[in-house]
Amino acid sequence: MSENGFPSLRLVPKAEAPLSTRDFKTDQEVRWCPGCGDYAILAAVQSFMPELGIKRENTVFVSGIGCSSRFPYYMNTYGVHSIHGRAPAIATGLASSRRDLSVWVVTGDGDALSIGGNHLIHALRRNVNLKILLFNNRIYGLTKGQYSPTSELGKITKSTPMGSLDAPFNPLSLAIGAEASFVARSIDSDRQHLQSVLRAAARHEGTALVEIYQNCNIFNDGAFEVLKEPGTRDEALIRLEHGQPIRFGAEGGSGVFRGPDGELFTAPVTPDNEARLLVHDAHAASPATAFALSRIADADTLHHTPIGVLRDVERPVYDQLMESQLATAAAHRGPGDLATLLAGGDTWTVD
Amino acid sequence: MTSQVDQSEAVDGSDGDKGRSGSAEERPATAGSADAHAPGGPPPSRAKPIRRLDRVIIRFAGDSGDGMQLTGDRFTSETAAFGNDLSTLPNFPAEIRAPAGTLPGVSSFQLHFADHDILTPGDAPNVLVAMNPAALKANLPDLPRGAQIIVNTDEFTKRALAKVGYPADPLSDGSLEGFHLHKVPLTTLTLEALKDSGLARKDAERAKNMFALGLLSWMYHRPTHGTESFLRGKFAKKPQIAEANISAFRAGWNFGETTESFAVSYEVPPARLPAGRYRNISGNLALSYGLIAASQRSGLPLYLGSYPITPASDILHELSRHKNFGVRTFQAEDEIAGIGAALGASFGGALGVTTTSGPGVALKSETIGLAVSLELPLLIVDIQRGGPSTGLPTKTEQADLLQAMFGRNGEAPVPIVAPATPAECFDAALEAARIAVAYRTPVFLLSDGYLANGSEPWRIPEVDELPEIDPKFATGPNREDGAFWPYLRDPHTLARPWALPGTPGLEHRIGGIEKQDGTGNISYDPANHDFMVRTRQAKVDGITVKPVEVDDPTGDARVLVLGWGSTYGPITAAVRRVRADGGEIAQAHLRNLNPFPANLGSVLRSYEKVVVPEMNLGQLALLLRAKYLVDAEPYNQVRGLPFKAAQLADVLSAAIGTLDEEDHR
Repeated sequence: MSENGFPSLRLVPKAEAPLSTRDFKTDQEVRWCPGCGDYAILAAVQSFMPELGIKRENTVFVSGIGCSSRFPYYMNTYGVHSIHGRAPAIATGLASSRRDLSVWVVTGDGDALSIGGNHLIHALRRNVNLKILLFNNRIYGLTKGQYSPTSELGKITKSTPMGSLDAPFNPLSLAIGAEASFVARSIDSDRQHLQSVLRAAARHEGTALVEIYQNCNIFNDGAFEVLKEPGTRDEALIRLEHGQPIRFGAEGGSGVFRGPDGELFTAPVTPDNEARLLVHDAHAASPATAFALSRIADADTLHHTPIGVLRDVERPVYDQLMESQLATAAAHRGPGDLATLLAGGDTWTVD
Repeated sequence: MTSQVDQSEAVDGSDGDKGRSGSAEERPATAGSADAHAPGGPPPSRAKPIRRLDRVIIRFAGDSGDGMQLTGDRFTSETAAFGNDLSTLPNFPAEIRAPAGTLPGVSSFQLHFADHDILTPGDAPNVLVAMNPAALKANLPDLPRGAQIIVNTDEFTKRALAKVGYPADPLSDGSLEGFHLHKVPLTTLTLEALKDSGLARKDAERAKNMFALGLLSWMYHRPTHGTESFLRGKFAKKPQIAEANISAFRAGWNFGETTESFAVSYEVPPARLPAGRYRNISGNLALSYGLIAASQRSGLPLYLGSYPITPASDILHELSRHKNFGVRTFQAEDEIAGIGAALGASFGGALGVTTTSGPGVALKSETIGLAVSLELPLLIVDIQRGGPSTGLPTKTEQADLLQAMFGRNGEAPVPIVAPATPAECFDAALEAARIAVAYRTPVFLLSDGYLANGSEPWRIPEVDELPEIDPKFATGPNREDGAFWPYLRDPHTLARPWALPGTPGLEHRIGGIEKQDGTGNISYDPANHDFMVRTRQAKVDGITVKPVEVDDPTGDARVLVLGWGSTYGPITAAVRRVRADGGEIAQAHLRNLNPFPANLGSVLRSYEKVVVPEMNLGQLALLLRAKYLVDAEPYNQVRGLPFKAAQLADVLSAAIGTLDEEDHR
């Protein structure tokens, strides 16, 4: 780990003086709807960035299309607001050619999982050094309220007046299935937790996928209310901590256990079963438990929704591998010489 | 080789099919004729008479699995090393191994070589090597009477004949009487030559293409050491296979020397090309080298984002071999990601390139539009093939011009450059990069399947002759108040500043939403949008390109023939024929299709008739009519193959004739 604690930013120049939240705010008027969860996420990210200790000009935010994708305009860094679904591809080109940059992708459930699903899964399997923030509000906001790939089955929307027929994606299950080396979830309204997840993502070498539950107060208001309400959130949320037994509920009265069939289940913690509580291991080589955790929530009620880092493992990083092939080629064959290249092969001379 | 030639050298219309050859002289065998050596041995005494030819067209044809492309490539290399001018036309099916012995499975390679400057792979072969009945049947219609046919008689079995619908054996039913037929049991002879090689029969049989190559190398006095060392290198890990192929190759050579069925051999002296150092080069290789050269001359690291597609994949393959030049190649998950990654790399200061063919361009359209809006350098290389949809993946066409020109939403102008010959693909890559970097814009490079796979001698340029490309990155604020405006343009080029991430103080956000002139901030203002749309168009319209040159030797021509892209060879060959027959015709060829050269309008208006041959249904003609209000007359063909010189010569002569008739009315 490098001196600033972010090994993935090893090649990124350090800031000469500490930066502040204000350094990351732009002069642009923020144009999200009043009350949108995106404001909270923006504030959390802006106040987190100085912690990285890197030069602001070496930070790039890349986005696609959708409400979330306006994000780069509000970050006083380099930024590209691209086209629908393609941000991971564009960011891959940037990150794999500029290892001195910290590259972040901001996307949404429609952008990342519908039109851009292919790019997302391939970025994850390649393990390019990208930090992907997926704002999941389970609805299409910018196009005014159609169902999204994470909307629940039967959802009534403008395009599904009789209810959606689509089974939704579970973004974290999808990411783990796509060989993601870092998978985490947080909530827009919990700044402290969100920043802890951003911190872990920023440390991670390779692609990090952070799903952020984000409230769309216009088209899908209250979608995650059960996870936020003081009366329900303790029962509904499972806060994962690496190395800790997984407990939740008031006073940690409930926990996650592994049954004799290998499946995970939740149950009240008793003196008898306390020793058998599942201990969270984000670094487990096998993705099996992380996958099981990603599916432990009740899809209808969102009860037992895990947040935090589900998976964080080391795997070869694409841009490092690419760089090392260039270095190997130059070491073996010497730096390329154009004249030699052009005159290679069989040549003849005409006088 | 297509430039710097004295036209008088070729006034006999040498790119055509006036019988078997332009001219021939026979001379007695000379002992120790030094231009060809018996493979593996000392210079032989040629026991048979030698005829001198000025040019020959050979077509190798067989099953997709018979190694015809390799055979053609080797004969081409031998020919290039010998110093002939040459032009090639590989022609193969999209299927990797179509059913053996069938017409759809026939793969061929045509080579035209000469002692003078030539422009096309030739209209009609003088020599056909047919490895099986399907190859004979598929190619016979292209052969002029009197052509030589070398067939592998071992493959002319009842079953093989029936498979392609021959009711009787064409080798014995008299149907080939008008040709000079050589019946050679190539398989048997190859097996005989390799009987001590220790190879299984099936493996030994596979060397029959090298036997054929040896025979043709004897017939045309080709140097053979290159092929032998090539085979040793190719099969370095399988020395037994290498030696078997070399044995078959030598056996074929010796067969020609000793058998009675080949009475004469032929000599085509080296061509008188402009002085310099030469190599043979295909369009895709030249294009790859051009991209590396552009990277070296600009100091921008090359980043290729690509998805495999015929006939563009060879550029991806080639560039991936040159990582020691700092070349990054990214094989993406799809066409869209290929261009997306290239554009992302461009944002970071690379020379972003994506390579594809027509169907891939369709998928990339939205990202090209984004690049237009971001105003970042990006090269889109389209190796055109037959369309629409999957079309004819391995065949050539020029039908993506309008897609390149207009195939995006909104007003999204993109400059277009198009090489005319395989070797010119090198220059086109540099020209595309020059425009992209100087004007901060995506640029289309339109090559095609014929240029990509065809080859010709290339005079290797000196590195310091190549243009330098200055990226002129933004290094500091561009406003008096210390601000940086990402869309504050250069007043001359209208290019915006290219500020790379990592440059302090120039942090900025760009995107596909319309932006305010200067600041680049999001703007929905009607007047601003109108201004920005017109400014992006004006930037492309204002790109400096070389004037189009007109070849009108007498200055009296009334008809102009205007082409673009790979039709250059056949058009020029046709023009030579017309002139050799006393006709007057002017010729011009476009390398820049957007913007057009500034003098194009006056050139078009100075001729009474303008003929525009294209391998599409009239796309350039449509643009010329729209822009210049001239009655450009299209002549079109979409057969997946290049025009023939004879065919175009007839069209041009007819155009001249029409004007003359009108005069007499």
